[in-house]
Amino acid sequence: MGAGHAHMLYRHGSSPVHALPPHTKLTAVLAFVVVVVATPRTAVWAFALYAALLGTVAYAARIPPGLLLRRLAVEVPFVAFALLLPFVARGERTDVLGLPLSVDGLWGTWNVLAKGTLGVAASVLLAATTELRGLLLGLQRLGLPPLLVQIASFMIRYGDVVTDEMRRMRIARESRGFEARGVRHWGVLARSAGALFIRSYERGERVHLAMVSRGYEGTVPLVDEVTASRAQWSYALALPLSALVVCLLGWTL
Amino acid sequence: MHVPDGFIDAPVSAAAGAVAAGAVAVSLRGARRELGERAAPLAGLVAAFVFAAQMLNFPVAAGTSGHLLGGALATILVGPYTGVLCVTVVLLVQGLLFADGGLTALGVNITNMAVVTTVVAYAVCRGLVRVLPRTRRSVTVSAFAAALLSVPAAAAAFTCFYAVGGTTDVPVGQVLTAMVGVHVLIGVGEAAITALTVGAVLAVRPDLVYGARDLTAPLRLCVGGEPADAPPSPTLDLARAGGAPTPALTPRSPRKVLLAGLAISLLLAGVVSFYASAAPDGLEKAAADEGIEAGAGEHGAAGSPLADYGVRGITDGRLSGGLAGVIGVGLTVAAGTGVLCTVRIVRTVRGRRAGEPSPAATGSPAPRTPRDV
Repeated sequence: MGAGHAHMLYRHGSSPVHALPPHTKLTAVLAFVVVVVATPRTAVWAFALYAALLGTVAYAARIPPGLLLRRLAVEVPFVAFALLLPFVARGERTDVLGLPLSVDGLWGTWNVLAKGTLGVAASVLLAATTELRGLLLGLQRLGLPPLLVQIASFMIRYGDVVTDEMRRMRIARESRGFEARGVRHWGVLARSAGALFIRSYERGERVHLAMVSRGYEGTVPLVDEVTASRAQWSYALALPLSALVVCLLGWTL
Repeated sequence: MHVPDGFIDAPVSAAAGAVAAGAVAVSLRGARRELGERAAPLAGLVAAFVFAAQMLNFPVAAGTSGHLLGGALATILVGPYTGVLCVTVVLLVQGLLFADGGLTALGVNITNMAVVTTVVAYAVCRGLVRVLPRTRRSVTVSAFAAALLSVPAAAAAFTCFYAVGGTTDVPVGQVLTAMVGVHVLIGVGEAAITALTVGAVLAVRPDLVYGARDLTAPLRLCVGGEPADAPPSPTLDLARAGGAPTPALTPRSPRKVLLAGLAISLLLAGVVSFYASAAPDGLEKAAADEGIEAGAGEHGAAGSPLADYGVRGITDGRLSGGLAGVIGVGLTVAAGTGVLCTVRIVRTVRGRRAGEPSPAATGSPAPRTPRDV
């Protein structure tokens, strides 16, 4: 509960990227990722340019490169899958270090690695420069159904509470000498999960009653409307537009 | 199984996004109808629970551990609509905040993990709860089966997307075998944990388990130990049909017959095929003798993971045959139940239109074709 009001991925700062309205940043990241995915995989230089663009954004947001690289580790499971592709794909073969590898599969690996890494890096930059509440406001501004935004905001607000409850149950188990070592102990853990569900659901009922007693009628009043000036839009869209130029060059060259 | 960017090409990703958006819109409407204004806090807290439960590690053996995926569990506990919404929100937050799963692949991820998992789990669970005896244990068993099937189903759905919009030319059969094979194993763990968790919730708050809501007996007002009101209707079919008149005699339920049939087919498929002869059956033998076989092409589904009655990737021929049989029976039962339910709904609607009591409303179960017997 003492975690403060920012999520752990947010990095507080006062850079121009932090100051942009959240919905412009969301639009920019989405458009950028779409452009990256639409780029032909044979245009290797284009991906280097995309990486340079993201590097510029990270520099402007004063995000240290070490932090960015550490958070890229989330994509390790896909890397394992991508590395399998050259061995199973069809098509003509080529010899790399004595192994017959599929040319198409090698391109596939490169494709997934390059596009996946760029997508993850863009998401990491977004999460590092935008507060949670801002993200939700931005999503609502971009036309996500209000009910979905409300569910997401409840999930994020109570995520720490529920996780904390789970941690306390773990401490309670361990202080009674329990240590999960194998399949035999699944019953105990599953009972904890069941108790966690009941506690979460009942908390939801209590939260609803508390909201009703404060006049909730199905919609949360929007107190602060986020707006963006033309300058802010153009500043945010500079990233996907320059990426689009690179993409078009990649298709024509 | 979070799909990253660049795995599926742009047009298919867009199509998957449209499918996901449609499914989420339907679920939003359904959840609002079921829960009313309670939808936001309840679904939000359940999403937080799914998120937390995914962090709960279940040790498997020798230092490895797995975790819950939660789609089937959420569906059985809170219903399909709310389940879809919860898993969707979890995926959305994971994609936006934790960069887990690509943003362009969000549609693919939601379709696979939120929609397919939930729909399959719910269909299997409801079908089994309806067929099995009305006890608490049968809900746990249905939860097990639902979770077990939902995970490979999501893997199969991913393979479909990959077949249409994959960026690398990998033989689809191979992808399917690998994906489904791995996910059957994951599904077993998921199924065990889901069943245990559902059992734990059932023991404490059976009213919270959506998949078992038919099993709770209707509340009765008692004054001085004697029921003060008229005896409640004996079966739940009546209550759902809007309080139709109670028939004097309820015919014997075909449940026992169906259960026996299911058990026998599973036994035959799983155990007997274990010992069955691998010699070609009559037609195949005749064809071989007459030389027709040379002209016969490979069957269209020869690349499927169940081709030639064996699960690929399992080298023990007998075990593989038995497993394939069990899966086949499961799929057949699921398909049959689906067809029966559709027929029943159509009949009910027609009966209402004709102004006569429908088979569902009179309390007698719709005539079912005996299957698997």
